[in-house]
Amino acid sequence: MDYSDKVIDHYTNPRNVGEIENASGIGKVGNPVCGDIMKIYIKVENNIITDVKFKTFGCGAAIATSSISTELIKGLTLEKALELKNGDVVDKLDGLPPVKIHCSLLAEEAIHEAIADYYRKEGKMSEEEIVKKCKLKKNHNSCPHKISN
Amino acid sequence: MKEIYFDNAATTRIDDEVLSSMMPYLKNEYGNASSIYKLGKRSHEAIEKTREEVAKVFNCDKDEIYFTSGGSESDNTAIKGIAYANKDKGKHIITSKIEHPAVLETCKMLERDGFEVTYLNVDENGIISLDELKKSIRKDTILISIMFANNEIGTIEPIKEIGKISREKNIYFHTDAVQAVGNIRIDVKELNIDSLSLSAHKFYGPKGIGVLYMKKGIKFNALINGGHQEKKKRAGTHNTASIVGLGTALKIAYDNLESHNKNIKELRDYYIEQVKEKIPYIKINGDLYKRLPGNANISFRFIEGEGLLLNLDNKGICASSGSACTSGSLDPSHVLLAIGLPHEIAHGSLRISIGKYNTKEEVDYLIKSLIEIVEKLRNMSPLYEEFMEGEK
Repeated sequence: MDYSDKVIDHYTNPRNVGEIENASGIGKVGNPVCGDIMKIYIKVENNIITDVKFKTFGCGAAIATSSISTELIKGLTLEKALELKNGDVVDKLDGLPPVKIHCSLLAEEAIHEAIADYYRKEGKMSEEEIVKKCKLKKNHNSCPHKISN
Repeated sequence: MKEIYFDNAATTRIDDEVLSSMMPYLKNEYGNASSIYKLGKRSHEAIEKTREEVAKVFNCDKDEIYFTSGGSESDNTAIKGIAYANKDKGKHIITSKIEHPAVLETCKMLERDGFEVTYLNVDENGIISLDELKKSIRKDTILISIMFANNEIGTIEPIKEIGKISREKNIYFHTDAVQAVGNIRIDVKELNIDSLSLSAHKFYGPKGIGVLYMKKGIKFNALINGGHQEKKKRAGTHNTASIVGLGTALKIAYDNLESHNKNIKELRDYYIEQVKEKIPYIKINGDLYKRLPGNANISFRFIEGEGLLLNLDNKGICASSGSACTSGSLDPSHVLLAIGLPHEIAHGSLRISIGKYNTKEEVDYLIKSLIEIVEKLRNMSPLYEEFMEGEK
């Protein structure tokens, strides 16, 4: 697998691994059948993500995208964090091999789910508003897997 | 950083003696083996001497040995060659679900060309059922192709029994023995093998050279047309140096087979014992006894194989995995799925294949590194977190 030095750095020394006790929001996407699961924990204070941690089951690219995404959203307002695109993540990693692009979608979706979880706990928005604001997907496209026999 | 090689099922380091035997044919003895003058004739003689030596190892006739570019070409020639030359007798082929892609993809290609293929199931250790094989045989079955030993899990198939069934039913029997040669003594007469593929680089020989054994009297088409080489069954100027290297490698392998197997099996068993003792939540894949001596395939639950391999690589350790991420698709290894592993456990598999250059110190370093890496990856795995919460 042709990984950039940035990707190698991030899967070798992943940043912000772990959990946050009493997290403001938790997002989990992917499934074990695909071989990718990402779980992200955020702490929100005054609409700003003040802390973020992750846990990932997956390949080097999944770990690296999780790691760099936590760095990218730390300190951002929730609105800014929702604007983070998988393309930005890929760029920050100096690219990913084409077969690994779906891993970067996983990170984006996990962040959106974590923020949605925060909004739900906050209880100020309807589910419909949350789904719209966080661009939640019914089926996560990070897992294009079809089980074949 | 020193590199430690535990991927001997992928390829092996060429033996110094093998390389020395090749050198004259890469330098001064460069003649084309088909040429009439002495320089060419000496190449020809070296090739024919090797052919005799190879034939002796497998207890067949030298006219039944064809030199090819390796395992994939031998498999393709055997399967397509027999299928197309015998299609008037029938168009049904039997193989297994755990074959190497060189066999599986060839069979799929034949299916697209009007042949019918039965893919036999395997049990949880990766062994085919002889009953299922017998039941799958039809009047129009022309070929059975079952691998001698599996490349991923090391399981050895009941070749003698398959040979017997094939002979009784008068069906050709081909075996992909790429992983077996150099690890198992093979007598094609005793085992009733009609056709066999092997590749030199799996037993400390050079890459790009292999053998197809094809029993006399079997009609088969050439895959590569052109010159008259290999009795018109495989065109192309002979690769004299590599053929000689293959011969040397084969001789070394079979002169030292028992001690070679004993040594690598000891290291393999030590590795498995240590992993069992020191790392929880693992599963050993494949049959524990009917198994190649150097193969260990272990799934580490809650982690994914590519992450494991990349971390091992950071420590200079070369190994292999059946995870989707290393197979270039989204599915984990077809072999691990065929033995019934759930996807998430198949994703976390690690194949260690020990060879003659490995030492106990290297295995100790591997175990020490694995303990550290598995712990690190589990600590960042949400699956492990959930499992541990469930255990509380």
